Amino acid sequence: MLTVTNLEVCYGAISALRDVSFTIEAGRIVTLIGGNGAGKTTTLRTISGLLRAKRGSITFKGEEITKLPPHQIVARGLCHVPEGRMVFSNLTVDENLAMGAYLQSDKARIAQNREYVFSIFPRLKERLTQAAGTLSGGEQQMLAIGRALMGDPKLLMLDEPSLGIAPKLISTIFEKIVEINRVQGITILLVEQNANLALEVSHDAYVLETGSIVMRGASADLRNNPELKAAYLGG
Amino acid sequence: MPKPHLYLLAALLAAFGLSYYSDRLDPYYLDVLTGIGINIILAVSLNLVNGYTGQFSLGHAGFMSVGAYLSAGVTLFLGPRLLGEDGGTAVTQGVLFFFALVAGGLGAALAGLLVGVPSLRLKGDYLALVTLGFGEIIRVIFQNVEFLGGALGLNGIPAYTTIFWVLAFGALAVFTVTCLVNSTYGRGFLATKDDEIAAEAVGLNTTRYKIVAFVVGAFFAGAAGGLYGHFKMTITPTGFDFTKSIEIVVMVILGGMGNTLGVILAAILLTLLPEVLRPIAEYRMILYSFLLIVLMISRPQGLFNFKFGRAKS
Repeated sequence: MLTVTNLEVCYGAISALRDVSFTIEAGRIVTLIGGNGAGKTTTLRTISGLLRAKRGSITFKGEEITKLPPHQIVARGLCHVPEGRMVFSNLTVDENLAMGAYLQSDKARIAQNREYVFSIFPRLKERLTQAAGTLSGGEQQMLAIGRALMGDPKLLMLDEPSLGIAPKLISTIFEKIVEINRVQGITILLVEQNANLALEVSHDAYVLETGSIVMRGASADLRNNPELKAAYLGG
Repeated sequence: MPKPHLYLLAALLAAFGLSYYSDRLDPYYLDVLTGIGINIILAVSLNLVNGYTGQFSLGHAGFMSVGAYLSAGVTLFLGPRLLGEDGGTAVTQGVLFFFALVAGGLGAALAGLLVGVPSLRLKGDYLALVTLGFGEIIRVIFQNVEFLGGALGLNGIPAYTTIFWVLAFGALAVFTVTCLVNSTYGRGFLATKDDEIAAEAVGLNTTRYKIVAFVVGAFFAGAAGGLYGHFKMTITPTGFDFTKSIEIVVMVILGGMGNTLGVILAAILLTLLPEVLRPIAEYRMILYSFLLIVLMISRPQGLFNFKFGRAKS
């Protein structure tokens, strides 16, 4: 579904990604793990067009999207939930969801997606008229995911959904991520610092270290990999 | 949502009614009222850029001057040819003035587009500096073009500005901004301000939103410039300098960024204040500045902003 080939990204003179290649099969949950500054967020932002690649190519559903602007990439069904629960804090929950459907024109489909978002995150329905900035961290993350689902994604990219959220809510959110994948068949690219959690819910995994992919494989295998265990899983 | 349309109609009728009885009003009050109206147009249009879209522009006086010169040019140079020797009837003058204002607005909007496209990729302070530079460049150009009167400016502009035109354009500016911001499309302005990355991630073309805000804002600044020129009957480049831009920015900040009603009230207050302080003559500007400082310290969210974030529609 998504193929990234020899991707190279620089911030000015500093190179952030070097020769990154990976593929995501339709219907899978794929995770990209790695420490701080490994290039995980950079990878996602480049795929969604927020950053420009210096070299390499990105193809989505067989189509080259490397040089497309973000809104055209979203229109093709590739939705990005940015890091740090970036909701529109001055807009209400309802309006945030409406913004998620910005590029959708099919009213019936929008209503259907809305109902689906409420079915997985009932909390959002209770807070519909509340300004998003007044929600708790976990609720904002739910809203950010819900907003992306309103865009009718084929591939959903989640950037650190566990960041700064109460542990109890983290498990709820990850359960929902698995459910979105299983029930709706939406392919998911999950970026996480919490490697344990990420390997638990995903099918395939890539390990990113200082801008390069250093390990790849089935998540179940990587969880038992002694090297990875020592580096990321705490023994 | 037909409510704003009703308000617009009511405001236009009120403008018409008021101008009908304007002969009986004290000319001084009429002048102050005209000044208030022009400032409302300027502040409300700048609020679309600085308040709702979150782009800090310091070039509003520049756009105003483009409109002022252009519309004065239309009535001064084209007017005599189109209206004939006798100067035309009230109706033909009105029609000419309307087109002069629209031309001024469109010219300013074009300037907004030319400045906006290359500079709106910049953020915060950088954008403020670019727009500030633009305003100064425009001023220097007007100052040095002989054809436009140079430093002396343009004189003898016909006094076409009546309270009707000011209120009508004021109502139109408020109506346009309100409708833009409260539409589904317009939520994009607020989203761009709230979080640009998230806005792009859900598929908004944030650059286009910024440019639209800039162009619409510039249009009304240009129209306000035209009204100003035909009100004062003379325009000079120094009338549109950096201080004028700051004055408008202060109205927006004082009213509360992204709060149209608050900005209107602030425009009224800040136009009246120097008039009320007139008796204390030379201390006036000191007190004016002092009041601004006190207001900013005590109510940084804007004088008229009572709710969290944006007022409900």
